[in-house]
Amino acid sequence: MNPDYAGLFLALKPETALVVGAVAVLGLDLSVFRRHAAAERLRLALWVASLAVLTAGVNVWLGPRGPAFGGVLMLDHLAVATRLGVLVLTLLTLGVARGAAVPHQPAEYVAVVLFAATGLMLMAAAQQLLLVFLSLELASLSLYVLAGFDRARPESAEAALKYFLFGGMASAFLLFGFSLIYGVTGSIELPRIAAQVSLQGADPLLMVALVMVLVAFGFKVAAAPFHLWAPDVYQGAPTPSAALIASASKLAGFTLFTRLLWPGFHAAVGNVAAPTFGPGWLPTVAVVSAASLLLGNLAALAQSSLRRLLAYSAIAHAGALLLGVMAAGRSGPAPLFYYASTYGLAAVGAFGVISAMERGGRCEYITDLAGLHRRSPLLAGCLAVFILSLAGIPPLAGFFGKFTVFAAALRLGGVAGPAGWLAILAIALSTVALYYYLIVLKQALIAAPAADARPIRVPRTTALTLVAAAGLIVWFGLDPAQLLGLF
Amino acid sequence: MSLLPWTLYLSAAGALLALAGGMRSARTARWIALVTAAGAWVLTLLAATRFVPGPRLQTLVDAPWIPAMGVRYHLAADGISLTLLVLTGLAATAGVLFSWNIEERTGEFFALFLTLVAGVYGVFLSADALVLFVFYEVAIVPKYFLIAGWGSTNREYGAMKLALYSFAGSSMVLAGLLWAYAAGGGHGFGFEDLAQATAALSRHQQIAIFALVFFGFATLAGIFPLHTWAPTGHVAAPTAASMLLAGVVMKLGAYGCLRVALPLSPVGFAYWQAPIAWLAVIGIVYAGLVALMQEDLKFVIGYSSVSHMGFVLLGIAVANAQAVSGAVLQMFSHGVIAGLLFAVVGRMVYDRTHTRKLADLRAMPLHRLLPFAAAVFVVAGVASMGLPGFSGFPAELTILIGAWKRAPAWAAVAALGVLVAAAFTLRAIQLSFFGSVEQPQPPGSDRPADHALHFAPITVAEKAGALLLVAATVLIGLNPDLLLNWINPALQSPLLQAALKAGTP
Repeated sequence: MNPDYAGLFLALKPETALVVGAVAVLGLDLSVFRRHAAAERLRLALWVASLAVLTAGVNVWLGPRGPAFGGVLMLDHLAVATRLGVLVLTLLTLGVARGAAVPHQPAEYVAVVLFAATGLMLMAAAQQLLLVFLSLELASLSLYVLAGFDRARPESAEAALKYFLFGGMASAFLLFGFSLIYGVTGSIELPRIAAQVSLQGADPLLMVALVMVLVAFGFKVAAAPFHLWAPDVYQGAPTPSAALIASASKLAGFTLFTRLLWPGFHAAVGNVAAPTFGPGWLPTVAVVSAASLLLGNLAALAQSSLRRLLAYSAIAHAGALLLGVMAAGRSGPAPLFYYASTYGLAAVGAFGVISAMERGGRCEYITDLAGLHRRSPLLAGCLAVFILSLAGIPPLAGFFGKFTVFAAALRLGGVAGPAGWLAILAIALSTVALYYYLIVLKQALIAAPAADARPIRVPRTTALTLVAAAGLIVWFGLDPAQLLGLF
Repeated sequence: MSLLPWTLYLSAAGALLALAGGMRSARTARWIALVTAAGAWVLTLLAATRFVPGPRLQTLVDAPWIPAMGVRYHLAADGISLTLLVLTGLAATAGVLFSWNIEERTGEFFALFLTLVAGVYGVFLSADALVLFVFYEVAIVPKYFLIAGWGSTNREYGAMKLALYSFAGSSMVLAGLLWAYAAGGGHGFGFEDLAQATAALSRHQQIAIFALVFFGFATLAGIFPLHTWAPTGHVAAPTAASMLLAGVVMKLGAYGCLRVALPLSPVGFAYWQAPIAWLAVIGIVYAGLVALMQEDLKFVIGYSSVSHMGFVLLGIAVANAQAVSGAVLQMFSHGVIAGLLFAVVGRMVYDRTHTRKLADLRAMPLHRLLPFAAAVFVVAGVASMGLPGFSGFPAELTILIGAWKRAPAWAAVAALGVLVAAAFTLRAIQLSFFGSVEQPQPPGSDRPADHALHFAPITVAEKAGALLLVAATVLIGLNPDLLLNWINPALQSPLLQAALKAGTP
């Protein structure tokens, strides 16, 4: 094969824009911005980074479609939509960072965010196992750094270490799985692997490989029982880092593994409709999904820390999203993408509210939200939108995410099918979820503020970010066809 | 008729305006709320004057919403929905009038109130099951905040219990609807589409789907034994919210049973008919007996709501034309009467005396101190007992006659419930308003002596609200045909006829 480097460059223009942006942030900070105070340096770096993200967005929009570089990259609807989603969520994260505590090295922080985004963008389009692994590692390593960026707080270091150890283990599993896949099928390109698998059928060694891949998948999206890092990272990481981990990283992870599992291992899926399954990777996903739904929702009930609550709710959402993965083979990736992207919006928004509150004091426990409606009506209103969307209350986007995913899952063999039972379970657990979400909102909207609580000043950029996120959630909720019709 | 969707939009806009107006002053928010609530009511009445009764849902708006899933934004109305729309407008207007004294976070209060009202209008107007479900959930969330933020007794517990029961019910509905939708190959959520999809399933599956959807909706209608959220929620709620909750929101559940569950699966209905009827009858008598034992006046009214909603459920379960039209009439009637009762107890009495304990009220000569409240409560109580001349009489009578034709045992036990209702209503009237005035003051009591009691006079807003509701119950009591002429043709729709036929042996 003659490598088509011009085509590769065209396909990777958005990623190039991000990398150039990151380098520009670092270079400018080293030379021109050096003499400013840290807060000002952060502001300038964020502007440069936002420009890079917008440039990347335009390039994704106008860029080529279809397979690129001999099929290493696949720029289909899903890839383009996910890349745009990642960019929007990254932009929102940058807006959140504007209002958060200023990190010690502001420019480096922003540059690493851009590197992480680059990795996530590549994950969205990767169609070859090597690139899958490289993009995943680029994103993960950047995220480890982001989690541990706050050197003043030991919790941040703890979060980074836990995240790194779990992540390293998951990468090892993934690599082992990939090498087995290569051994069984003789290829690292997904279309060829797919062809080979459908020829060979379900090979036991292939099943072992798939289980290993699923372990890495479970880690990446924080699904039980691979979720143990999530509460600590959500709690300890700097708020914008947590926002990125909770949103863009999830979206890209789900896209990557959906592409890996469905077109790649379509033939080894197992019987979706029958209650008895049959050999394949789907039963494993079903078990992970059920475990995440149960553990996430039930453990969230017991949390008093707001961030840990969001972490367990994220685990529960991962369980529901896995239903979307199971259904993607039949109903297409639209429900999954809709759910993952709107979930990301709500998660970024919730962390944005937390970071804005941390400026004016503490926001660790749920009770620290008390009286938010007095201290900042804007934050309270936005938080209500984010939390209600997470709870799945119409007409917000969170509801339609659940609705489309559950509908797609039920169409896999009706209620008798495994996905059907899971959908019913998820619907039942949504009542449990409403309880802890309402507890949060009760503090924010009903409870009286503490005696020493003062009004919170929200920086304009952060306010704009939060309103934009809330506005998108309302808009996609009122007109879900905007996203669902993309595919 | 084409005006009707504007009730929904007007209320939603009013919610936003009230929120904005509340930042200026409480007065602005109040007037905005009153104007939008009354405006929406006037729209329903205008639409009613041009309404031509017929068996079909008359489409108002129909546009694709989520084309990928076959969901259409389809609003339509027939005589049943129109009846309930008029009720909603009336209850919302009266509710605003009875909330005139809310001083704390007034803008937010009315914003939530009008959001709830918009959701209710939306449910009654929906002709697509998913759209109906969306509005149904829109109505749930504001209830929680209204009760938890502005309520009284044990409000956080009551609010959470109510929200979780409602949400659990709606989860069951969602599960059932999605099941039917997926079985039909994902064509859409129109009532006919879903009914066809369900009819193709096995009998067991149909029975299960019907149970999910019916009992999901019936939870909000207060069916025994899933009714326990209702008394605690109503008692904890601020007056306007209890008026809307008991008056209109419980009807959402009953309306869902009638409009969605019954047509969805006549086969499932035939299976569940007798259990539902018995649960309704038990609810009537049981809640009545519990009301008889209450020491808190608002709890008496709360349980009486459950008891009266039992009649609605019984009417739906009996499923002959007479009983169902009676059930719809009872929805209207109870909406008005419950609103009136909660208004007297929550606003006129409690806001002045700061007690709802029957023992305390007994020691106050309220009929002399608050003669207007006493008069209204007597009228409402008498209407609630089902005396001729008030709307409760034709409604409950029609249901009982319908039930007698289907199964005399149901009618007989339910009639017992009428007696119990008379007992607890008379007891409440007697103890709260006509207590023994000459009761000697126990020594050492810090309660002020009778002559020291003085209450703020009943305001114009309260009088206006009360008179509206009294006029409505008398009007329908004297001429129930006003509503029955709308309702009866609507029962001829093919979907309902199929369900009614399945319920007739």
